[in-house]
Amino acid sequence: MKIDIILSGVGGQGIVSIAATIGMAAIAENLNLKQSEVHGMSQRGGAVQSNLRISDKEILSDLIPNGQADLILSVEPMESLRYLPYLSEDGWLVTNTTPFVNIPNYPDIEEIMNEIRAIPNHVAIDADKMAKETGSPRSSNMVMLGAASPYINLPLKRFEEGIRKIFERKGEDVVSANLKALYAGREFAQENK
Amino acid sequence: MSKLLLLGDEAIAQGGLDAGISGIYAYPGTPSTEIMEYVQMSKMAEERNVFRNWSVNEKTAMEAALGMSYAGKRSMVCMKHVGLNVAADPFMNAAITGVNGGMVVVVADDPSMHSSQNEQDSRFYGKFALVPVLEPANQQEAYDMAFRGFDLSEKYGVPVMLRLTTRLAHSRSGVERVKAREENKLKLPEDPRQFVLLPVIARKRYKLLLSNQESFETESDKSDFNRYIPGDDKSVGFIVCGLAWNYLMENFNERPLRNPVLKLCQYPLPRKMVEQIANDCDELIVIEDGYPLVEESLKGFLERGIKVRGRLDGTLPRDGELNPDHVARAVGLEVKSGKNIPPVVTNRPPAMCKGCSHIDMYNALLEALEKYGKGRVFSDIGCYTLGALEPFNAINSCVDMGASITMAKGAADAGLFPSVAVIGDSTYTHSGITGLLDCVNDRSPVTVIISDNLTTGMTGGQQSSATGRITEICKGVGVEPDHVRVINPLKKHHEENREIIKEELEYRGVSVIIAQRECIQTVMRKKKDNKSKQ
Ligand SMILES: Cc1ncc(C[n+]2csc(CCOP(=O)(O)OP(=O)(O)O)c2C)c(N)n1
Repeated sequence: MKIDIILSGVGGQGIVSIAATIGMAAIAENLNLKQSEVHGMSQRGGAVQSNLRISDKEILSDLIPNGQADLILSVEPMESLRYLPYLSEDGWLVTNTTPFVNIPNYPDIEEIMNEIRAIPNHVAIDADKMAKETGSPRSSNMVMLGAASPYINLPLKRFEEGIRKIFERKGEDVVSANLKALYAGREFAQENK
Repeated sequence: MSKLLLLGDEAIAQGGLDAGISGIYAYPGTPSTEIMEYVQMSKMAEERNVFRNWSVNEKTAMEAALGMSYAGKRSMVCMKHVGLNVAADPFMNAAITGVNGGMVVVVADDPSMHSSQNEQDSRFYGKFALVPVLEPANQQEAYDMAFRGFDLSEKYGVPVMLRLTTRLAHSRSGVERVKAREENKLKLPEDPRQFVLLPVIARKRYKLLLSNQESFETESDKSDFNRYIPGDDKSVGFIVCGLAWNYLMENFNERPLRNPVLKLCQYPLPRKMVEQIANDCDELIVIEDGYPLVEESLKGFLERGIKVRGRLDGTLPRDGELNPDHVARAVGLEVKSGKNIPPVVTNRPPAMCKGCSHIDMYNALLEALEKYGKGRVFSDIGCYTLGALEPFNAINSCVDMGASITMAKGAADAGLFPSVAVIGDSTYTHSGITGLLDCVNDRSPVTVIISDNLTTGMTGGQQSSATGRITEICKGVGVEPDHVRVINPLKKHHEENREIIKEELEYRGVSVIIAQRECIQTVMRKKKDNKSKQ
């Protein structure tokens, strides 16, 4: 069993919290993990990605080779396309549709959406809107994790435990808001394959 | 013991703690910053009261680490690759003095320049200083090398370099610890003159270092970090250094590897192992992340020995970080590819944060400079370097930490007026103060803007050495008090700030303008922390 995931977004959007949750889930399942992250603020506002590799065998490279990612999980639509060369033929692209516009020449969002729709295995979800609807606008990353969860071969309860661990410091309200976001995202993905 | 999930950097920190360090010294720099940060958060470090404060720069860090070693205790010093340029003087000379307590110098290189001005390869410094160099292939080795680096250091009384690259520094994986050992007791060097590098003593110490070279080679040959794996396809053998090992093996995960391989993670080169693979094979491919150090030394200038391929002949890219696909191509395997990046995807470079004080500083400065025209702003390294990009296009240089003030001085000496330096607070204390003294001594007509956001922003908001004391330091260096001005870079003070800058630009002497407002990121972090405490 192996899962290679590319997480993408814009520096400051907090993809590290998604990586950490998936990482904890993998560890709880006694799987091997390599997770390469972006650190330092030098990338703030710029394109960032993280490689997450999970396997029941020894993992060698910290980087995912071209054409071998099983999943691109992006919290920003344009950024989801930047890593397409890594996506395997039958891999899935799961992306947020709310653009993060911090450059003057951000392209027409419709053009971006057309490219996303052209990928046969894709889930496009307005995670920001859905997070608001579930009552916690700041948990859009957990909506995204939920939306990707059907394509990550790990038990849902491990993600729940991960979320609990990461957010327990911040109180039960924050935990339950993030869990709600997770379920909402997951439900959407299952209904909109 | 159960496995910890650690970044390469964190594995090194834990390895050092378990090896019994009494102090860690560092100046922040991507990708090395997380080593010190891990120790600062560590319970074990707190219980043992391991010294763990940031230093003013890499040179002071290296020297303090050497001082701790002099006193018999184990010390670790950490920096990014260009930091070793700053610390090169103590580093080269520490190889001559040798150490008393074990000392490991951790240097994190940044091939592909993810967040650096160059991609220099620190293994050259290790070779230059004639000290052993360890280069981990994975997080576990990073831990083990940090631990055992101290054994090697104490066995021969030399500093040991631990070199890693961004990819490993910032990638997380499971690490198993060994039993932690005690710190050393305070114990002065047996020879009270060991550290006195007067020529008569230095010559002796240097000969000792030279005479140890053979032992270092033997250590490399015996080291289990290095490994020779025979194979029956002898048409070509692979020498893989550090984490390049992973990229090679990734490609042979599901297919048999029939070529001989030398996994090379400890230097100087293990002579016997290298001889063996060279004797066994018709040709060698050297795969190393960084400069072609091993390739060059095996190839030789005249290329009269065995054929050696690698970065120098285009088998691998000449520059940049390696990845599994580069390595696949180099060893003749096919590379898969997904879809191309659609043309609609545009570049998204990093940018200054919304609300950043540097933005207001630049807005005021650019207006004040309008009448003089472009090309006179020497800047430095930090978040404010992003002022080079659209829409500001505000700066004309970024070379090395501290160079803004001294380059502005040189240009002023050449007749450029006004000549402006823009430097951050942490960079100013790192290497700017001495340059300012040069300006004061020569009464150079320069305008120095210290964009003081009260933190070391670029590397994640570490404590800055002289927060709250920058004004006094400038006056202490000798800048006339009337020409040390403090402004508050906020939109509402824009006109006032612009006028102050204009006045100082006109002044034909040294003036310093301190644009002081806290980094928006540290402000937000403090707010968050306070909230979660309530
Ligand atoms: C010799 C050296 N050491 C460390 C670094 C890494 N580095 C780049 S910018 C920076 C901090 C700059 O802080 P400051 O001058 O206060 O500016 P800010 O980022 O806060 O705007 C550091 C530590 C470097 N580039 N060179």
